[in-house]
Amino acid sequence: MKKMLMATTAAALLATNAWADAHSKEVKLGIEFGFTGPIESLTGPMAAGAEMAMKEVTDSGMLMDGAMVTALRADSGCIDNGLAVSSAERLIADGINGLIGADCSGVTGAVLQNVAIPNGMVMISPSATSPGLTTMEDNGLFFRTSPSDAREGEVMAEILKERGVESIALTYTNNDYGKGLADAIESSFKAAGGEVTIVAAHEDGKADYSAEMGALASAGGDLLVVAGYLDQGGAGIIKAALDSGAWDTFGLPGGMIGENLPKNIGPDLDGSYGQIAGSEGKGIDTFAKMAEEAGFDGTSPYAPESYDAAALFLLAMQAAGSTDPAEYKDKIMEVANAPGEKVYPGELGKALEMIANGTDIDYVGASAVELIGPGESAGTYRMIEVRDGKNETIGFK
Amino acid sequence: MEFLNAIVALSNYVLIPGIAYGSQLALGALGVTLVYGILRFSNFAHGDTMAFGAMVTILFTWWFQSMGLSLGPLPTALIALPLGILGTMGLLLLTDRFVYRFYRAQKAKPVILVIVSLGVMFIMNGIVRFIIGADDINFLDGERFIISARDFKTMTGLDEGLAFRTTQLITIVTAMIIVAALFWFLNKTRSGKSMRAYSDNEDLALLSGINPERVVMITWLIVAVLATVAGVLYGLDKSFKPFTYFQLLLPIFASAIVGGLGNPVGAIAGGFVIAFSEVTITYAWKKVLGYLLPESLEPSGLVQLLSTDYKFAVSFVILLIVLLVKPTGLFKGQAV
Repeated sequence: MKKMLMATTAAALLATNAWADAHSKEVKLGIEFGFTGPIESLTGPMAAGAEMAMKEVTDSGMLMDGAMVTALRADSGCIDNGLAVSSAERLIADGINGLIGADCSGVTGAVLQNVAIPNGMVMISPSATSPGLTTMEDNGLFFRTSPSDAREGEVMAEILKERGVESIALTYTNNDYGKGLADAIESSFKAAGGEVTIVAAHEDGKADYSAEMGALASAGGDLLVVAGYLDQGGAGIIKAALDSGAWDTFGLPGGMIGENLPKNIGPDLDGSYGQIAGSEGKGIDTFAKMAEEAGFDGTSPYAPESYDAAALFLLAMQAAGSTDPAEYKDKIMEVANAPGEKVYPGELGKALEMIANGTDIDYVGASAVELIGPGESAGTYRMIEVRDGKNETIGFK
Repeated sequence: MEFLNAIVALSNYVLIPGIAYGSQLALGALGVTLVYGILRFSNFAHGDTMAFGAMVTILFTWWFQSMGLSLGPLPTALIALPLGILGTMGLLLLTDRFVYRFYRAQKAKPVILVIVSLGVMFIMNGIVRFIIGADDINFLDGERFIISARDFKTMTGLDEGLAFRTTQLITIVTAMIIVAALFWFLNKTRSGKSMRAYSDNEDLALLSGINPERVVMITWLIVAVLATVAGVLYGLDKSFKPFTYFQLLLPIFASAIVGGLGNPVGAIAGGFVIAFSEVTITYAWKKVLGYLLPESLEPSGLVQLLSTDYKFAVSFVILLIVLLVKPTGLFKGQAV
């Protein structure tokens, strides 16, 4: 038995060596997502998206004379800072050249502060949306292909204004996500000339929401904006509002968009509207098709953003001609933004070739990447309205 | 007119929800208080017993719905309720036979039984999730409203709507029936009297020939009825989600302790005290005062004593004050 194990190991080693020989250089990208924890259902397609971009680049053979890109997965736990930091340290010890992740805002901040900055490692997160990350000191090492919730607040305020809403009551789920988003909505809506009658927190998974509803209804407003989770207290609040007749239309930010909500609430939800991060056009269509061929769901949230995160790393490395984070980190904004030839999913090989020939590129990718400010996505949002018990896309912003 | 509007707004957002929630808490607290009074430990598994009862009821409700059975305007779950109660009775008798009896025979201290009930809680927790899943389930059918806010407005011409849901009426009526039946049982029947005797003094009860195992069994059967009814009513009124039932444990215990652990009247009073303290102290009086006061005095702020963030703090502050001033609770229960 022991001998057989040794033999297999040896064979495996030989095989890996053979692989490595074919490719003169190896580029390692770490993928650190919460494969366990509250968003474990999303992280599978996200990781598959990132790995698809790496495979595409490896297959093209265009990255720095045919370098091979390998992915190293690690678990962030989404809400477990200790686990996330130790996983990231292990990835650094394994010699990664860039870190895709983390996924949730809290652990992303922890990994950035404790691992990425001390080690000079570049991170691109596809899904951390907390506005707090915008102002966090990052030595130019942190980027994200998802927009900040501050942006969602602006978009929501615009949508409300366009629909002629003058005043809103606002309730949020009592955590970093809910608080950050509520602050953003409140300040943007006020700046746009609207009135916010009350801002009240609600706890998730509680027995009764009539106290919250009493306060909200007393404050009044044209519309109730619920910055919560659709499987949690957000649904309870909407139920309480409908039952007491306080409101019959609701503003629904990203956390409330999902097919479960119209299913659980029923026809009373028709006419409510909101928005969720998402793009339209050639990029996402191509990506969805590629994902289907590769055997995963490309429309799953943040899967396109994950593909783009991996692609940005590799394009920036090509542009800098180096896999050293210190050298390629300044190139990320350059390849992501105009001017240059537009690059869509499935064209990574062509893009690498163009960079090698000295042509400027503008990576659009699957999620219409446009990095602004300190390196975060400008963000496009899908506008949703509930019609006949379904979330219908009614436009983009 | 203004005065009527104020009354309607207050009833819609404070009185009716408070009474319905209070009845649900009272039924739950009655179960906790019975176990404490007779079996002498705090049963942490009560919230999950409620979830189990509701789950069995939901499964039968689905079966009845698939056969086309219905009660018209009333929810089908009411037909399934007796079957849910039977299922919960079975579960509780089995737990007693295989878990609690062992510790009773050893004359284990109450604190050990509390920890045992914590273990039972986790197991029931797992069973419910394993069978029906952790998701939100809405099993209400029939008419949702007796009168909806919109109809009320058109009917009366008032600015404020008053919504009264079928489930709220069912909750209040059922709670009254159950409580009346329980008190009749405890005060008038032989078994009820032997239960009270056993609760007052175990040794004396044994000397006068009361069979302790029978008292224990009857207690569990009654607890099963109370837990299932409370669980189903709550699920009908809000929705069924195992995690929420676990969270319900806190307000239920607060109700039982405020009223006086071991005292059934106290459990009911405690349920309403906790429910109303959550709803009223954090209520924003702006709307009501706006109707009542002359225009010049109308408040511009929300006139809210405490933000709703503190609603749980309110019930626990009441709990603390009661324990400090009157450790046996509002109605004389056993000292904790």
